[in-house]
Amino acid sequence: MMADYTHIGRPHIRIDGLEKVSGAARYVDDLDFGPDLLYAEIVESPHAHALITGIDTSAAQRVDGVFRVVTGKDFPYTFGLYMKDRHIFAQDRVRFAGEQVAAVIARDPGVASRAAKLVEIGYRELLPVLDPDEAMEPDAELIHPDLGEYPHVPWFFPRGGTNIAHWRKVRRGDMEKGFGQADVILEDTYQVPRYAHCAIEPHVIVGRHDRSGQLTLWSASQSPYTQRNLFAEALAPLGLSHKDIRVITPYVGGGFGGKAGVTMEIIGAALATAVQGHPVKVRWTRRQEFTNTYQRQGLRARLKMGIKRDGSITAMEHRLHWDAGAYVEYGANVVNATGLSATGPYRIPNIKIDSLCIYTNLPPGGPYRGFGYSEFHFGLESHITRLAKKIGMDPVEFRRKNAIREGDTLAYGARMNPSGLQEAIDRTAREIGWGRAERSADPNTVIGKGFALFWKAPAMPPNASSAAFLKFNEDGSINVTVSGMEIGQGYLTVMAQIAAEILTVPVEKIRVQLPDTDRNPYEWQTVASHVTWSCGNAVRMAAIDARDKILDLVSRTSGHDRDTLFLSEEAVRCRTATDFRLPLKDFVIQGIQTEDGTYRGGPIMGSGTFMPEFTSALSDPETGQGGHPNVHYTVGAGAGTVEIDKQTGKMKILKIVLAVDVGQAINPDLIRGQITGGLLQGLSTVLYEDIRFDEKGRMLNPNFADYKIPTSLDIPEEMVPIIVEVPQPDGPFGARGVGEHTMIPAAPIVANAVEDALGRRITVMPITAEKVALAMLDKPGEK
Amino acid sequence: MKRTINLIINEESWPVDVEAGDTLLDVLRTKVGVKSPKVGCERGDCGACTVLLDGKTVRSCLILAVEAEGHRITTVEGLSKEGLTPLQQAFIRHNSFQCGFCAPGIVLAATELLARNEHPDEDQIKEALAGNLCRCTGYQPIIEAILEVSRGGGEDDG
Repeated sequence: MMADYTHIGRPHIRIDGLEKVSGAARYVDDLDFGPDLLYAEIVESPHAHALITGIDTSAAQRVDGVFRVVTGKDFPYTFGLYMKDRHIFAQDRVRFAGEQVAAVIARDPGVASRAAKLVEIGYRELLPVLDPDEAMEPDAELIHPDLGEYPHVPWFFPRGGTNIAHWRKVRRGDMEKGFGQADVILEDTYQVPRYAHCAIEPHVIVGRHDRSGQLTLWSASQSPYTQRNLFAEALAPLGLSHKDIRVITPYVGGGFGGKAGVTMEIIGAALATAVQGHPVKVRWTRRQEFTNTYQRQGLRARLKMGIKRDGSITAMEHRLHWDAGAYVEYGANVVNATGLSATGPYRIPNIKIDSLCIYTNLPPGGPYRGFGYSEFHFGLESHITRLAKKIGMDPVEFRRKNAIREGDTLAYGARMNPSGLQEAIDRTAREIGWGRAERSADPNTVIGKGFALFWKAPAMPPNASSAAFLKFNEDGSINVTVSGMEIGQGYLTVMAQIAAEILTVPVEKIRVQLPDTDRNPYEWQTVASHVTWSCGNAVRMAAIDARDKILDLVSRTSGHDRDTLFLSEEAVRCRTATDFRLPLKDFVIQGIQTEDGTYRGGPIMGSGTFMPEFTSALSDPETGQGGHPNVHYTVGAGAGTVEIDKQTGKMKILKIVLAVDVGQAINPDLIRGQITGGLLQGLSTVLYEDIRFDEKGRMLNPNFADYKIPTSLDIPEEMVPIIVEVPQPDGPFGARGVGEHTMIPAAPIVANAVEDALGRRITVMPITAEKVALAMLDKPGEK
Repeated sequence: MKRTINLIINEESWPVDVEAGDTLLDVLRTKVGVKSPKVGCERGDCGACTVLLDGKTVRSCLILAVEAEGHRITTVEGLSKEGLTPLQQAFIRHNSFQCGFCAPGIVLAATELLARNEHPDEDQIKEALAGNLCRCTGYQPIIEAILEVSRGGGEDDG
């Protein structure tokens, strides 16, 4: 049932729109810091794997205009979000090409850059381990000989003395029985390479450690509070505590996961302490953006599934080998999250999942929109279509039959949340014209259709929380402070809509302020598609808190019973006295005057917090059973029609459809924006983006000329967003998250459409025109 | 070798001291304080630094400040002087930006297009925007906003 809302479910225009189209919006690099701003240039390792034999900074130090040259000796501190496996600067060894070894801080970026070339570093090269399977060999070079000593969260299981940083196991049912019952068993390997986020704004941070000891960071970040926490942990030996550290995040020019964590920002925080009194800026070049932030991890997935002739799935064995890169302080949780959910949105009675986080000497892997789910869905959704075809069942019908439902037992034993997956399947199939073959008018092209389901849960620590403050102003307008980040998704607008609904104040009269950890309340991070749900709950609670104070006050002064009072159109009204109307602006600051001339009340403020109190990451390490690690899954379906040029292999997306169950759309236009943007980002991973490394582990194409992301000429001819709304009981007004999910099904949709059109199954991403053209030279069939 | 040049930025005259090798982008951002042209790739691939030079889009990271002397430089700050243009208003109505980092460059690219062709069709719009990367929107909402202006509609329906 649709509730009757005034502000929720409306396509309100973005409250940050005016700033962004007028050029007024300020990003970190746009802020001015005065003439004493210093600039840092990072000295990077040219080698993917080497021991550092010596560093000589004397020549660089002598350059006129250089303030300080720092190396690992100055900062022998480790950091990490989930596992402390990384130093601020390399210590005795380097583990990927591009790793920071030293930094030159100078008055001018040109001077810093010239001096950085004079830092002499001696290396003894080690054999780089560039492939996760190679890293698993018994005689493989150990990338982290001290792995067994690293502090980590209790739900990780590193294997000291190997290159396996974490091994998530999930076991359920009886595999022998499951495969024994199967009429058809299909086993294959799917490969997904690394990808880069490619936010248009490069990472940038300015740090100032002032003479009073306060360390302030202006950071292009999705996670100001988590950054502050990690800075405080890493820099504690310098005497800094949480209250001394302040992270301010103005607008951020795209995140996609790449600006969660502190992968480069820790350098800025450390360098600020090296030149106390001066602000210092670290800004990544586009090349560094590719090589020294996080990359999306590569995946080799071995998938074996058994099904019966009637189309029911009997067993799944899914082994995920992640190329996690040189450091996994954040990325190991991608491995963990996908291990828990690698069944996809299906009912499967017998399950064996192994998800392995494997160190390699490639750039550190980390969070990327989708948090590993895009990667395993490529193989899984390819496999599902192939299985259906093997028993002669329509792939959509096969999915409908096996799709997970509310109350089903998940792989780790908890129960599935309410979902509109069946509705998403039906509406997607209808919109794409599933079952209706399409013929191209051009004899040189063929047309195929592909279908895929998807799901994803937020991957968070079980106690990740959100908080909100809300205060009224004299005119009845409202300021809301939160520490979720506006990374483009429209978060500020959605928070305003939530406050507006409770307090009956128009969205135009609500300002939601960007994070500043000294002033705005706590938010864990803006990741995992969870802020609408989690911070939305906190804002709702803050608004309810303010409303309660308003109604208490008015009841006390008017004599009307508290239960008869309610808010309507910026005023307090009374059910039993219909002519009673007290505008909010008359008293939310000034208070209410009583008959004797005295006042009651005072400024109206509200606060709210939200923590999911039902989650736990504790479970049996051998089976994954016993915990409740995920708050809920957002599910959906997608389908596409692809036209392929038979001579060149070039693909054109004629139509792509995506239906997602958002629980309750707070702002449907913003959700459509997530769908079109996410779909194109997903299509880009399958059609265009193609990362290359040389045999020494150096990235060959770290720029937009050689690493192609789509332009306006590369978009589908038609994109159709479909919003499904089956409410999430614990979401604000029933909402759940949607930001990441929209890119997850794109790759398998294309893979399935290519097979539909050409009879060729491609199991290694990306599916570029070149690869399709070459596949056409092979015999039809699966490869 | 420093020299003083006079830049005409958004119809205001700005004398600035520049080195021969200073890019227009750097001078605009650090010496004039015009911040809407963004640093995205510094090699002309992304379009975030787009400005108009005598009404034509250029990559301000690829031209030198001294080359811009005597030319009219326009940034989005200049477009917005008398309030938002119909194009900018259409961008807000259509959610044609998300993070907003590419928006100044894209608004200028579209402004140039509409100045030389009042009624571009979808293909012409896509062609005109092809030099400006956006990672958030999927471009569709940008194209829709420009099409609305092209068709002369929309001003009254917001």
